[in-house]
Amino acid sequence: MTDTIDRSDEEAPEVLPRLVVRFAGDSGDGMQLTGDRFTSVSAAFGNDLSTLPEYPAEIRAPAGTVNGVSSFQVHISDHDITTPGDAPNVLVAMNPAALMADLGRLEPGGTLIVNEDAFDERNLEKAGYTANPLDDGSLDTYRLIKVPMTSLTKEACAPLGVKPRDAERSKNFFALGLVSWMYTRPVDPTLEWITAKFSKNEQVKGANEAAFLAGYHFGETTEAVGHRYEVRPATLPPGEYTSVTGNTALAWGLVAAGQLAKLPVTLGSYPITPASDILHELSRHKNFGVRTVQAEDEIAAAGVALGAAFAGHLGVTTTSGPGVALKSETTSLAVSLELPMLIVDIQRGGPSTGLPTKTEAADLNIAMFGRHGEAPLPIVASYSPVHCFHAAIEAARIALKYRTPVILLSDGYLANGSEPWRIPDVSELPDISVPFATEPNHTDAEGNPEYWPYLRDPDTLARPWAIPGTPGLMHRIGGLEKQDGSGDINYEPDNHGHMVALRAAKIAGIAADIPPATVQGDPDADLCILGWGSTWAAIDAAVQRSRRGGRKVAWVHLMHLNPLPSNLGEVLRGFRHVLVPELNSGQLARIVRAEYLVDATPVTKVKGLPFTAREIEDRIEEVLS
Amino acid sequence: MSDTAVSLTSKKDWASDQEVRWCPGCGDYGILQAVQQLMPELGVAPENTVFVSGIGCSSRFPYYMNTYGMHSIHGRAPAIATGVAVARPDLHVWVVTGDGDGLSIGGNHLIHALRRNVNLTILLFNNRIYGLTKGQFSPTSELGKVSKSTPFGSVDPPFNPLAVALGAEASFVARTHDLDRHHMMETFRAAHEHRGASFVEIYQNCNVFNDGQFSEITRRQARDEMMIDLHHGEPIRFGVDGHRGVVMGSDGQLRLVEVDDVGEDALLVHDAHREDPSLAFALARLSHDDHSPTPFGIFRSIDRQEYAGAVSTQLATALEKSGPGDLAELLRSNGTWTVG
Repeated sequence: MTDTIDRSDEEAPEVLPRLVVRFAGDSGDGMQLTGDRFTSVSAAFGNDLSTLPEYPAEIRAPAGTVNGVSSFQVHISDHDITTPGDAPNVLVAMNPAALMADLGRLEPGGTLIVNEDAFDERNLEKAGYTANPLDDGSLDTYRLIKVPMTSLTKEACAPLGVKPRDAERSKNFFALGLVSWMYTRPVDPTLEWITAKFSKNEQVKGANEAAFLAGYHFGETTEAVGHRYEVRPATLPPGEYTSVTGNTALAWGLVAAGQLAKLPVTLGSYPITPASDILHELSRHKNFGVRTVQAEDEIAAAGVALGAAFAGHLGVTTTSGPGVALKSETTSLAVSLELPMLIVDIQRGGPSTGLPTKTEAADLNIAMFGRHGEAPLPIVASYSPVHCFHAAIEAARIALKYRTPVILLSDGYLANGSEPWRIPDVSELPDISVPFATEPNHTDAEGNPEYWPYLRDPDTLARPWAIPGTPGLMHRIGGLEKQDGSGDINYEPDNHGHMVALRAAKIAGIAADIPPATVQGDPDADLCILGWGSTWAAIDAAVQRSRRGGRKVAWVHLMHLNPLPSNLGEVLRGFRHVLVPELNSGQLARIVRAEYLVDATPVTKVKGLPFTAREIEDRIEEVLS
Repeated sequence: MSDTAVSLTSKKDWASDQEVRWCPGCGDYGILQAVQQLMPELGVAPENTVFVSGIGCSSRFPYYMNTYGMHSIHGRAPAIATGVAVARPDLHVWVVTGDGDGLSIGGNHLIHALRRNVNLTILLFNNRIYGLTKGQFSPTSELGKVSKSTPFGSVDPPFNPLAVALGAEASFVARTHDLDRHHMMETFRAAHEHRGASFVEIYQNCNVFNDGQFSEITRRQARDEMMIDLHHGEPIRFGVDGHRGVVMGSDGQLRLVEVDDVGEDALLVHDAHREDPSLAFALARLSHDDHSPTPFGIFRSIDRQEYAGAVSTQLATALEKSGPGDLAELLRSNGTWTVG
């Protein structure tokens, strides 16, 4: 046996089926960027993946404090996965605060990589440590790798003439380099990315490159790090893939909806976390005929969308919970005007300002009931980052076909999380175009043709959509109650009752135009999980695990929350137990109980965090054992 | 949808079949007459014209116009009209609002529509009272106003609508009143022809809840001495035979003078096209009450970038530079990899 052979044996990476890495540091440490790079490289390498970025609400919370910790968790695997992983296998902690905040999440015996330079007295005190955890044996149960990242980064950058203070800022690339080596990630894509990204600043580019390579080589040459691991590419269906976040997919879905409807898109929006990225993305695509108005407030943003709809555009407004509240009156007007309009709600922790950067799905009630008067409207909910694309098209389809405002629900977890996406063939996307009215549709008492804006299509109950510029179809619409048919102002009691019923029937009738609820898993199970929105990922993992463990579990996941699929009551009544996991206090469970008299049990979590698969799996176990 | 082939319309083509339901004697009737009489003269087609209103007595206006129209929600007409104008720069979009709708609940939307200079013709019916809710003081009611909600007199100082508009960088600002159809028509015509947001305050009498508020100024017998007609490029004179005028003192203050005392050359010459709004602002604030000589006409009319046109230009530029958007390409713009 020669040395050479020995070494190559040692270097052969151990193959892992899956890996969860969590990068944690100060908000100023560039953890989101680091996580994002690790994700991109893994995506291009062919892993399936899911991500969970978490960052504080403050742009720069006090440095070194637990409140200022920014984290990015990424789950990569060689098989199909949906969640960012319950417990990380690896935690990279750039300072004591990050260790304090996130150590509890690390799996028992997990790998802990710390920047030991940051563990000085001052930082330890800011994080709330009375003793240095690197020295006191409290981390003995973990595989602790202490690396002086700051000083090694400074050394690596010194030959480039970078000032130590500036060099220090590249330490996240050192961490990325080290983790890239440990988990056998290709180097070139990151180097190419650094070159492209920092091409305008030679010194920053050089420092990041040097830090990244130093981290990589540190892993290669230092025994302290030891073993390498590999997560092989997943056997995903063949095709061309990209990686998207929910917000990007949603923005692209809106662009696509405009194309598929053959209508220009006008977005009215007011900046709000976590929805602003949709405004940013749509602002870039003017050559698709997308107009964006950054309005003076949430109300105006909705007004712009509604005005654009009246003028014949696909009118959209994007926001989060507080904005939905402010748009409520305009949404009610849209219900009364019966004009198509999309209200996109990227839900976050509430009430009030709540937890702006954390996820929650507690806006189902406001979407369902948050308007004055009898004002029903359709609600579509996306369930994964990729699904945000299709949900946007579906919401637009319903809005246009039925001339109604539609609320599209996503959440912070989907908005910022990313996953690989087999790019769809755009020619297979649905045609959602609807005709404008061009001719009079009625005759007055003297036999003259006239236009009745509220003369409905008998099948859909949608009213005609005549847009300004069309000769002979001039008409006035407004928030006052209208006479059925003519649309003239009408205060008669019976007409009002009739119009309320018609508007409700129109929305209820959409149930015939959406897919029925389908049961996944075991249709003959005693237990059915009823989910909606982003809980899809955790439910999927939990159901798979329970079934692998020999349990029978059924699962229905809703994409349409109003109207509900027409067979849902019948489906749910077929199970002894119905569990409804929701990131709220049981809002869908209450609707289902009221609607179907089904004894649905809420499984709730309102902590600003998504469910872990384990939390749902435990509830399944509790019910079935 | 161009107006070039507009066949000639008459006043009746612009009136809808709806019964007008303002109180008998309301100043709104005169304004409606002026607008309906003006429209055929503008060479635009009813189908290319949109009236958007909020809530209040004035906001019933769109129902009576045979155009496209929306009676929307309280205060939001400028925002909704912005959506119409941005989507369709080919349309002529009018906003009808009142002192409560435009300056109280909708103040934010009004100032931002003016700031952006969206191509809207905004008519603000100022009657200094809430009419539709039956008689509460409004944001233009004078301090001390006794109203249903202020039995001991209002402690709210009022807005000066023109000063608000000028403060919001409005590019066209004018004032007219409901008793002079010709003056209204000429003011509305200029407002319509202005490219950008034009703001017209109309002194409008509410004969039920605030009767005679402006009569010391606008009644026929008082007009000569109380109304100061502004004409661009002309010395500012008023009164019988123009015996009174406006001068600017060395302290920058505007003062009313007898022309004989100062000589005609000393009079302030009105300049509506001046970039600097301070003259228009000073004129807007010349009168602080409804008992003193008050300027009417066009205070300011300047050229600056119109919002909806600028939005369209950016779209056209993007289209020219990148070609029409290709969805398949967009979905690949984050980078791709191939499996299998």
